[in-house]
Amino acid sequence: MARIEVKSEITGTVWQVKAKPGEKVESGDTLIVIESMKMEIPVITEDPGTVKEIRVKEKDAVAEGQVVAVLDG
Amino acid sequence: MFNKVVVANRGAVAARVLRALNEMGLHSVAVYSEADAGAPYLAMASETCAIGPAPARESYLDQDALIDVLRRSHADALHPGYGFLSENAAFAQKVTQTGVRFIGPSPQWIEAMGHKTRARGLAARYGMPMSQGSEVLPADAQAIAAAARAIGFPVLVKPAGGGGGIGMLPAQDEAQLTQAVERSRSMAARGFGTADVYLERLIERPRHVEFQVLADAHGAATHLFERDCSTQRRNQKVIEEAPAPGIERNRATAVAGQIADIMRKMGYDNIGTVEMLMGVDGCFSFLEMNTRLQVEHGVTEEVTGVDLVQAQIRSAAGEKLAEILPARLEVRGHAIQARVYAEDPRSFHPSPGKLKVFRPPRDPGVRVETGYAEGRDVTPHYDPMIAKVIVHAPTRARAIERLCGALEAFEIQGPKTNIPAALAVLRSEPFRAGRVHTGLIAEVLGQTAN
Repeated sequence: MARIEVKSEITGTVWQVKAKPGEKVESGDTLIVIESMKMEIPVITEDPGTVKEIRVKEKDAVAEGQVVAVLDG
Repeated sequence: MFNKVVVANRGAVAARVLRALNEMGLHSVAVYSEADAGAPYLAMASETCAIGPAPARESYLDQDALIDVLRRSHADALHPGYGFLSENAAFAQKVTQTGVRFIGPSPQWIEAMGHKTRARGLAARYGMPMSQGSEVLPADAQAIAAAARAIGFPVLVKPAGGGGGIGMLPAQDEAQLTQAVERSRSMAARGFGTADVYLERLIERPRHVEFQVLADAHGAATHLFERDCSTQRRNQKVIEEAPAPGIERNRATAVAGQIADIMRKMGYDNIGTVEMLMGVDGCFSFLEMNTRLQVEHGVTEEVTGVDLVQAQIRSAAGEKLAEILPARLEVRGHAIQARVYAEDPRSFHPSPGKLKVFRPPRDPGVRVETGYAEGRDVTPHYDPMIAKVIVHAPTRARAIERLCGALEAFEIQGPKTNIPAALAVLRSEPFRAGRVHTGLIAEVLGQTAN
């Protein structure tokens, strides 16, 4: 099983955590929504898998390129 | 006239209002969040006041903190700028109740125009040209679908309490409608404090043409012509110009005159902008009215020679339009503004970060409005606009040329900016020919990619 790291494309604040550990996700699913500069930007997984870890919680600050979730795919 | 004015905003508009206050010889109070401590424009104010942490809801949107500033500073007026609390009727009311003049229209107008379906109803009663739309949508999915069918697909879902294009989503059919309504409601609830949304007929390839109005507290209202703001991304304006290209002057002036008449009959009493969509058939339909100074007011100032911020302040202080404005208003030359956003020029995703290099162009005929300086951080807490570049020239072709030169000369390192996207549009054949519409950026960037 491959370990997949999902990264935020932008710097901002976590607005919503959509996925939970243990949940099965498909490619294109939104795991987390980041708020930055008055926009909501989804963090989307490109690969299907099972959510192993969500590394952020609501209101956390995230940086561009930061790993916000880990999947087993 | 006022003695001391609190500027309840940040960035480029705070700088712009402070400049006007200084030119008028008025005392000023600038407020700032922790993120904006040390911002360059704060030095322009007579006094400064910290109002809270970086997040806007804990600082620039904190009404109690701002009212407290009014009391402590003994100010007699507050300028809200644009965005933040500029169109919040409850805040305007609180300011007024504190015994301080809110520099804008009476709270009743902010209230009336702030809710889009109410504004449409009101404007329609006064004879404003209008496209088909729905009332605020009910919860029931069947009723929503019926409202859309009554208008005819495609429709546009819009937050009733909103502005700035936030939460506006098109739906081509019923399947898309359900999703669009749900998403729009979520964005509306968070952005505007009400989940009310409604439908309008989606006008394809429209132009966004808006009319600047100015009124006083004595029953007079006039217009300062129109602006074309069709070049948008994510329903937010990028390039704005005055006058609107390709519209006969007689027609533009006639529509503007009709709007000024409506404002006078309604009893509107300060600065405002009536935004219209112009279809490919040349018909105008009312979009909304902004009851505040507009981001793109500068292009109107350039072509009319009127300082709109000073005019707004003087009107709020009780002066008559006849004293504020020259006897005859006319359009001289052509002005264009590009908004410089800290964002990826292709995805338009925000790109905050430190401005390692920030050197605005300094050519004659080029005006730059900004609240930033080299070394400052562009934080994720606020709007991504970092500067406005405004040019004025005798003709539209020369204005385009001048703006391209200015944008090329603007050195910015750190955050990514939309300058490449703005240049691609300014140089495109449709833009140069004046064939602008709200989908132009996407079309031009699509073509560039091919």
